[in-house]
Amino acid sequence: MSDTSPPLLSLRGMTKSFPGVVANQGVDLDLRGGEIHALLGENGAGKSTLVQMIYGVLKADAGRMLWRGQAADIRDPAAARALGIALVFQHFSLFDSLSVLENIALGLPPDDAAAGRGNRNSAAGRGNSIAGRARLRDRIHAISARYGLPLHADRHVYQLSVGERQRIEIVRCLLQAPRLLIMDEPTSVLTPQETARLFETLRQLAAEGLAVLYISHKLDEITALCRRATILRGGRVVDCVEVASESARSLAARMMGEELPDADLRRPAAAADAKALRLQVTGLSRAPAAGVAGGVALKAIDLAVRGGEIVGIAGVAGNGQDELLTALCGAADGRPGDAGRITIDGRDCAGAGARARRRMGLAAVPAERLGHGAVAAMSLADNAFLTAFERRRLLKLGFIRARACRRFAAEVVAKFKVKAPGVDALAASLSGGNLQKFIVGRELGQAPGILIVAQPTWGLDAGAAQTIRVALRALAERGAAIVVISQDLDELMELSDRIGAICAGRLSRLHDTRAVSVERMGLLMAGAGDDGAGVATVATVTAGATTESATETRHAD
Amino acid sequence: MPIELSRRPSPSRAMVYLSPLLALGITLTAGMVLFAGMGVPPLAALHAFFVEPLSNAYGWAELGVKATPLLLIAVALAVGFRAGVWNIGAEGQLTLGAICGGGIALLLWRSDGAWVLPLMLAGGVAGGMAWAAIPAFLKTRFNTNEILTSLMLTYVATLLLSLLVHGPWRDPDGFNFPESRIFSDAATLPVIWHGTRLHLGLPFALALAAAVWVLLARSLVGFQLKVNGQAPAAGRYAGFSERATVWFCFALAGGAAGLAGIVEVSGPIGQLLPAISPGYGFTAIIVAFLGRLHPLGVALAAHLLALSYLGGESAQITLNLPLAVTGVFQGMLLFFLLACDVLIHYRFRWRGYGRGRGRIGRGHGGRDGRGRGRRGHGGRDARRNLEPNPAAA
Repeated sequence: MSDTSPPLLSLRGMTKSFPGVVANQGVDLDLRGGEIHALLGENGAGKSTLVQMIYGVLKADAGRMLWRGQAADIRDPAAARALGIALVFQHFSLFDSLSVLENIALGLPPDDAAAGRGNRNSAAGRGNSIAGRARLRDRIHAISARYGLPLHADRHVYQLSVGERQRIEIVRCLLQAPRLLIMDEPTSVLTPQETARLFETLRQLAAEGLAVLYISHKLDEITALCRRATILRGGRVVDCVEVASESARSLAARMMGEELPDADLRRPAAAADAKALRLQVTGLSRAPAAGVAGGVALKAIDLAVRGGEIVGIAGVAGNGQDELLTALCGAADGRPGDAGRITIDGRDCAGAGARARRRMGLAAVPAERLGHGAVAAMSLADNAFLTAFERRRLLKLGFIRARACRRFAAEVVAKFKVKAPGVDALAASLSGGNLQKFIVGRELGQAPGILIVAQPTWGLDAGAAQTIRVALRALAERGAAIVVISQDLDELMELSDRIGAICAGRLSRLHDTRAVSVERMGLLMAGAGDDGAGVATVATVTAGATTESATETRHAD
Repeated sequence: MPIELSRRPSPSRAMVYLSPLLALGITLTAGMVLFAGMGVPPLAALHAFFVEPLSNAYGWAELGVKATPLLLIAVALAVGFRAGVWNIGAEGQLTLGAICGGGIALLLWRSDGAWVLPLMLAGGVAGGMAWAAIPAFLKTRFNTNEILTSLMLTYVATLLLSLLVHGPWRDPDGFNFPESRIFSDAATLPVIWHGTRLHLGLPFALALAAAVWVLLARSLVGFQLKVNGQAPAAGRYAGFSERATVWFCFALAGGAAGLAGIVEVSGPIGQLLPAISPGYGFTAIIVAFLGRLHPLGVALAAHLLALSYLGGESAQITLNLPLAVTGVFQGMLLFFLLACDVLIHYRFRWRGYGRGRGRIGRGHGGRDGRGRGRRGHGGRDARRNLEPNPAAA
């Protein structure tokens, strides 16, 4: 597309305020067909607000949107979709009790002709009939195979991990053959190989003339993928730059308005393995939770973590990370068939529940913030009490020491620069990044001997993520044993001393992080065993899905 | 529709408290329409229903008598509802409390020791707890739905009481009426306001409400209940047992309902009858929600619902209205309350006629004046500004 033609989408002077805060102030943006355009900004910079205005979820207070040079009135998401705008939300809008296929069918517009992939019978295309279902299933499998997004159409959403849910959203968008695809942190849950494949796909889509608005905190990705980047800070556009002439570091500086603090997250070389073994897991096997058909069984997990070291556990979402976390911190009841032994500082944890293990010095940060790590409708002070009452002595004769709770919460807020109106603010009122800082701060504030952290920096901006990583390293240097379970391999490579990968409930051997390559880790995450005898699960799933859809096509015919 | 419901950015604190008042207002309005439809002057009927019962000291004492079982049960149910434990069977637990406590009174009817009454009260509490233990056990052991089990056990309990007073416990000197003996003086709850029927039960109920208040606001147990109610997964990570929560809530509610049962039969009733409660156990559910699951609110709501019982009787006497009016009022109140609670999370927005959407948030008047004048909707801005206002409904 030549530069003289009008841009696909132009924003002029977009302004939106909420009570007490101006989220967007006079934002201009031009998106051309065929370009991958990055939208950069820290948490609260106004990225989500802007995206929601483009998608018709929010109405602008002022400003104009032009679609191919014509004034466009995007009053609701349906209007946005009609124009050809598709959005992969950061928070998924899926029905837990429906299958992947049903969720996708629901999300498609009634007139599915827009999808342009041959099926013009809308009822059939939406999966309302058996033949329609089969055809939709084929299309899903075709898209998921083509774009490297393994997905099983008949599984129910409640069985799926965060990563798998995101794949549904992406596939759902691609099914509609959009002109503009907005992606909000799409790669957080992918292996390096999958990410590379997605990038190829995005480049391929861009080459076909699609515009991509790519929102990410991973500056390396943006330098690798995007041509131009619009940088938001405090609701205003501070820069629109050619990415080619920037580095990740200079982008971060523009985004934050200051240089990223330098931090060496590596363990000092002198730290030896001589430190005491603090957490030891031997032969841990557990059946999946009853009633959750998609649960993953843990299989003979061995893990030994010494004081002072950070062990990273990589893996694609839904391979037993949640199960491992609950098993380690004692948050799930034991079931028949469980085997193995967990010791904390040499003491056996059999029969010790989550509270008893906290008393023994184990703290944990679950992957989900609201509902797992914090209670949405409770204040920060109450949420501070939630897990810290044992170690911080916030309890006296069965009664809550309210003032001590508030003091502790205020201490966490101050130390981790949590943006909150006060300790009486509800957890739900905080942005994801701020709540994460609060939760991590709450656990660190208990001076744990062992810390299990899942997804420590999921969705956080570069500055906040760095704060948390530095804090984790500092805790390790004080002698704590830390296990980081994350889908962000880059982060684990940077942060951990030893690293392993979990796949289908099996944990690989741990490797010295300095001696293992990203490619090798990618293989481990896909289940290729240490000795090469393992099974590449991702590949198997894709292959299985293809076979199945082929069978069903024959039936449909 | 020119008016739409749109989600509030955050739940409205004001509506949490306004909603019950709004519901009460709509209930009264609907009640007046109902009375008018029955050919009774609406204002006179409301007067008979809500004012006359409280026109003398005896009426106020009766209010306390009716409020006692409601408060006892509702404050305990509120704890369970906060924790996500849906005990709907308080009526049955009340009945078992009356049976166990009353059984002790009948067994010891010749005795006049001071220990008879405490023993009966303890028996009542134990009976209610035992009955509540059945759904608790089924829930924790087999993961059954406690709403169904607790509700169905209510009918079993009522039939059990009926069986007893028609059979073995029938008063030998009672001319074959299905009633037990009248309890001895030692088995009767003392009256605390001379000349009325107001008895020791009300102090019990107020003490329980105060204790629950402290429990919920200050204690670890209360905190665990709230967390397990709002975010069970967070409770698991914190090490709060869900089983313990279920058992605690059922034990508390069963005990309180059992106490209400024995207090009723040893106080105002004075014997066992086939029907000892005009649905206190069910009405208490309305009380709990109307009182916003908070002990203070529940105490106020208990008195309001107690008034609906008195009002029904009063309306029956003075206006010859059927006693079912009480149930209708209670039902309407719960119905409208649930409807009004929508306004906690949602608000009305004025979209305007004709156009598919309203330019909401665009200034107030002025710029948009032309359209308004043409369509002659002078009240448009005013109405829009009423958004969360009860009057709009």
